[in-house]
Amino acid sequence: MDQRITIALTKGRILKETLPLLAAAGIEPAEDIASSRKLVFQTNDPGVQLLLLRGSDVPTYVQYGSADLGVAGKDNLLEHSGDGIYEPLDLGIARCRLMTAGIKGQTLPEGRIRVATKFVQSAKRYYANLGRQVDIIKLYGAMELAPLMGLADEIVDIVDTGNTLKANGLEARDLIADISSRLIVNKAALKMKHEPINRLLEKLRAAVS
Amino acid sequence: MTLAERWMLPDGITEILPADASRIETLRRRLLDLYHSWGYDLVIPPMVEFADSLLIGLGRDIELSTFRVTDQISGRMMGIRADITPQTARIDAHSFPRSGANRLCYAGHVLHTRPRTPHGSRAPIQTGAELYGNGSLDADIEIISLMLETLAAAGIDEVHLDLGHVAIFRSIIARAGLDEEREAALFRLVQDKVQTELGSWLEQNVADADLRTWLLALPGLHGGREMLADAAAALAGAPSQVSEALQELTRVAEVIAQRYPQTRLFFDLGELRGYDYESGLVFAAYTPGHGHAVANGGRYDGIGAVFGRARPATGFSTDLSLLGSLGTVAFSEPGIILAPVEADPDLWALVAELRQSGERVISELGDDPELRQRCDRQLVREDGKWQLVPL
Repeated sequence: MDQRITIALTKGRILKETLPLLAAAGIEPAEDIASSRKLVFQTNDPGVQLLLLRGSDVPTYVQYGSADLGVAGKDNLLEHSGDGIYEPLDLGIARCRLMTAGIKGQTLPEGRIRVATKFVQSAKRYYANLGRQVDIIKLYGAMELAPLMGLADEIVDIVDTGNTLKANGLEARDLIADISSRLIVNKAALKMKHEPINRLLEKLRAAVS
Repeated sequence: MTLAERWMLPDGITEILPADASRIETLRRRLLDLYHSWGYDLVIPPMVEFADSLLIGLGRDIELSTFRVTDQISGRMMGIRADITPQTARIDAHSFPRSGANRLCYAGHVLHTRPRTPHGSRAPIQTGAELYGNGSLDADIEIISLMLETLAAAGIDEVHLDLGHVAIFRSIIARAGLDEEREAALFRLVQDKVQTELGSWLEQNVADADLRTWLLALPGLHGGREMLADAAAALAGAPSQVSEALQELTRVAEVIAQRYPQTRLFFDLGELRGYDYESGLVFAAYTPGHGHAVANGGRYDGIGAVFGRARPATGFSTDLSLLGSLGTVAFSEPGIILAPVEADPDLWALVAELRQSGERVISELGDDPELRQRCDRQLVREDGKWQLVPL
């Protein structure tokens, strides 16, 4: 059978940190990914091609089997439900934290609170574990604005340096999860293309450690 | 409701139209004949049952995937079956108990509240065979062989057989003394091969260093037959069930490789699919171009206990409509004969004779050019006699 493998990569910051790892594993894109507008890239290895996607789409491509492997942030994996994906390797890149945050010095009101976030599933699970009833407001960006404008009492967001929070008078509160990028593998692909995938996995494992 | 909404079907629900329907029906007959020739008796369990008896002892997955309706006659809750296997287990335990091995097969619709795989159907035609009352490895090998025969009958040429054994995970965690919640968390980490988190989770929750080593090794133990030797080394000192399981996997590999040399074998000791009720060997078949298993099964001893008779059990199932769409089932559609509508009894008798011999004869009810196009022969009267002539 065709033993070529397709790897779905996450655009942006994660991509910049992924390419050196792939290079260490012997895979380099045939052209400059950063400056191209293409979405599919061939590599120096004729058995490997790369896709360039939005982070939240990577688990979907891998789950459906359209890509055999993927590099996705743990934040996106936590949001993605369903079987069909293995998560065998923590690449240790693009590290950050998924946290709750609110207006500095302000305490949460009693009872039901409103939480604005892009990470709906993670937020639901987190507050449910605390035994706290919340109303989730799904937003797609600039979460920091929600508490300032009275849309939400708290937000759940990715915190890297915390500077954006500070600049808007917010403070990071509780840690929900440590985030880093993971190598994910389609279950059927691992079984049917075991040899090339396992070889790549071992090389990446060596590159990470 | 707009016109467009009126013909919409719910997500994951399809209607199967003539060409596909013929292919699927041809395959259904072929498979049931195959199972019959292996001595499997056909059963047709009901579409709905009382939820209590349908769901008992099967774990949470099946409970969540079962649609429920209220029975207006008894006032009790009924479930629309999401899986036929437990129904056959009840048949073996109660309604049709044999003292020896009981071989049962079935083909019927099941309904899932959510598709089990992305793009999956919510109303697959579950087709499979179950073997009750024999706990030997030979029974598992018979079932795996029949599953491979099923795929071959469907015209699926390249098959990758994935073998695992849940007794390995079970016997190791039996020593760890985990509560239900932590066992579920550990299951998730092993099943998804999340090795990073698995390491730190084990540090916090499992005191015994040997157990931690074995559990941490499981997600990485996958590969061809050569992996089984690595596994024996990595799991040295583990409970005796582990080495027994490895021996079983080796034996299965030997027999299947000999019987079906073209089938590719793959072993995955971290594969825990069906862990809710599987108890031993588990297996699944994959084919290129489809990102999920096309057929799967395993040993699930003791499921009949809730119906009063715990028996060894092994079986497999697949989705007939999926096989129909993936495979290349050859079916020949003979040409159609066009017959005029006339009161002549000779014509009637001839048409009956042709139909009896397997021909498809359609009466032209009024002028029907579209029908004429689909026919390749027609009946015409020549010299007072009915003749079959090309159209």
